Amino acid sequence: MNAKTIKVDVLARVEGEGGLFVRVRDQRVTEVKLNIFEPPRFFEAFLRGRKFSEAPDITARICGICPVAYQMSACHAAEDAFGVHIEGSIRELRRLLYCGEWIESHALHIYMLHAPDFLGYEDVIQMAKDHPEAVQRGLRLKKIGNQIMTLVGGREIHPINVRVGGFYKAPSKQQLKGLTEDLKWARDAAVETCRWVSTFTFPEFQRDYEFVALRHPDEYPLNEGRLVSSKGLDIPIQEYEQHFAEEHHKHSNALHSALLERGSYFVGPLARYNLNYEKLTPLAQKAARTAGLTATCRNPFQGILVRAVETVYACEEALRVIAHYEEPDKPYVEVTPRVSIGHGCTEAPRGILYHRYRYDDRGLISNAKIVPPTSQNLKTMEEDLSEFVSARLHLPNDRLQWQCEQAIRNYDPCISCATHFLKLRVERE
Amino acid sequence: MAAVRKPKIAVWKFASCDGCQLSLLDCEDELLSIVGAVEIANFPEASRAVVKGPYDISLVEGSITTPHDEERLHTIRRSSKLLITIGACATAGGIQALRNFKNIADFIPMVYAKPEYIQTLSKSTPINDHVFVDFQLRGCPINKLQLVEVLNAFLNRRKPVTPAHGVCMECKRRGTVCVMVANGTPCLGPVTLAGCGALCPAYDRGCYGCFGPKETPNTTSMSAGWTALGVTEPELVRAFRSFNAYAEAFRKESEAHER
Repeated sequence: MNAKTIKVDVLARVEGEGGLFVRVRDQRVTEVKLNIFEPPRFFEAFLRGRKFSEAPDITARICGICPVAYQMSACHAAEDAFGVHIEGSIRELRRLLYCGEWIESHALHIYMLHAPDFLGYEDVIQMAKDHPEAVQRGLRLKKIGNQIMTLVGGREIHPINVRVGGFYKAPSKQQLKGLTEDLKWARDAAVETCRWVSTFTFPEFQRDYEFVALRHPDEYPLNEGRLVSSKGLDIPIQEYEQHFAEEHHKHSNALHSALLERGSYFVGPLARYNLNYEKLTPLAQKAARTAGLTATCRNPFQGILVRAVETVYACEEALRVIAHYEEPDKPYVEVTPRVSIGHGCTEAPRGILYHRYRYDDRGLISNAKIVPPTSQNLKTMEEDLSEFVSARLHLPNDRLQWQCEQAIRNYDPCISCATHFLKLRVERE
Repeated sequence: MAAVRKPKIAVWKFASCDGCQLSLLDCEDELLSIVGAVEIANFPEASRAVVKGPYDISLVEGSITTPHDEERLHTIRRSSKLLITIGACATAGGIQALRNFKNIADFIPMVYAKPEYIQTLSKSTPINDHVFVDFQLRGCPINKLQLVEVLNAFLNRRKPVTPAHGVCMECKRRGTVCVMVANGTPCLGPVTLAGCGALCPAYDRGCYGCFGPKETPNTTSMSAGWTALGVTEPELVRAFRSFNAYAEAFRKESEAHER
């Protein structure tokens, strides 16, 4: 009988718990499921009755890998609701903090989670024996991202210095200047990372994705912008729910997001890059071109390369903020709660993170909705797997399984986020 | 003569944000030395390689929230010589223990369209509610330097040096002026376990209790101090109900202000 199952019970090198299941019958893929058994945690439910000012610290606990993204989207949602717009040094400090998270998260994924796939190692520890220089570079790069988080945010995981309206305490000019030399090293190391990653072999694979990301007239998107797509979507973030919906499937404790009009879509570094290439710095663009990329990249396996390009950008952007920084007179802007609805959408390392809250007159949250990037990529990940496996059925199961895992790790899925989500099983019948 | 076997360390995850196990990968300077001294036998976040138990040390992150996880924990305990819990989820139930104060049946439909697909327990509980725990490392998140100390201590068969006193002591040592006395900022420092380095007061904000209660915390007296600063009863309830809401001292104090 010409049938088989590929099954990975616990998908490794992703953040959180899930697995993968592919059923193949008569040389055709009949079923693909990303099983998400990370237990549900009910954040939207227990946010009800909490004050607007508590949301940044509470929602940060959805994900230890990208807490800044949660804090930023929660702050922007409250500020949107209460009619406050943050400008100047406070806005710049937010960009700096976010750059820290991008550098830390991208370095973690490139060096520790994804590169071992391309070089054929089970993990970074085994990879370190043969590639000690690269691993040391990755660790130091990651550490410098964490240094930014620690200085601006107070600590690298669940920073304590972020509040609605700004920060509890602004760092001094002198403190920020202290990061300059390390960041210059990090920028060069990121350029070297692009070169190193460009020597990897990328499977030939691309599909006609709809990329979705923020776009801002003046900058590569982090905190603000309109929500745009490669197929013509162009909306203010406040209209998110008119265009996107979440579906609940039995095999998953994470909700799957879809575009109402066209179905699956793709968020994250690849989407940002394709929609905002011209906003990258000349050095980041040059690093991309030197690594063999053009302004368009549709191969999700090259996501690792795009992450490296974004790391170059994040280092340069951090250096820019530090060079021009002036301490604000007051580290935050006061907000006055009112009965309102607020929307926040920012670019987490893995893609857009949407928050929407309804507040009462005392600023208590009466309703909350949070859509993390991984939920938005789930449908695309399942479709990728289906097409990817179909073309590779001749491979032996262990090789096919590893390549399937790699195809999922392209998305740097954060399962903890998605359940606020992974396990591979391929069943050949 | 047989070669000295490296101790086998496993990392396990239950309901959590991944932040505490990330702390291990965040030890950028120490990571390669640590993995040089031990065999990482199970650490799905970092490796697809899995080595069978028994394990010398199991690090457990997360709280128990599903029937399946409860069974999994017992299997892990049976295959571990030492079991160390890391973080507020594993030691106190975590932020998801806020469900323990409500009816979970009301929660599920708020998040999921098809509640019949969701399997969950009515409470989020710490690991030591279910199995014997050899050592608890607290914090939301844990302090990575404390994690290195704990691993070092157990690998060298000594007791870990972690403080039992409160955050106030850390402020004094650090030379931070008391935010509650000087600025009238409500602070949970007097009743919260040290370990973070008294971060929040150093950033001009009150401690929000992410390391949970210290030994013998006088929460009643602290609440009176907050009330004198104009903090309302519902605000007190919320202050004690965050990342360590189900830790006994914080749970009782929050219930005392909920009428």
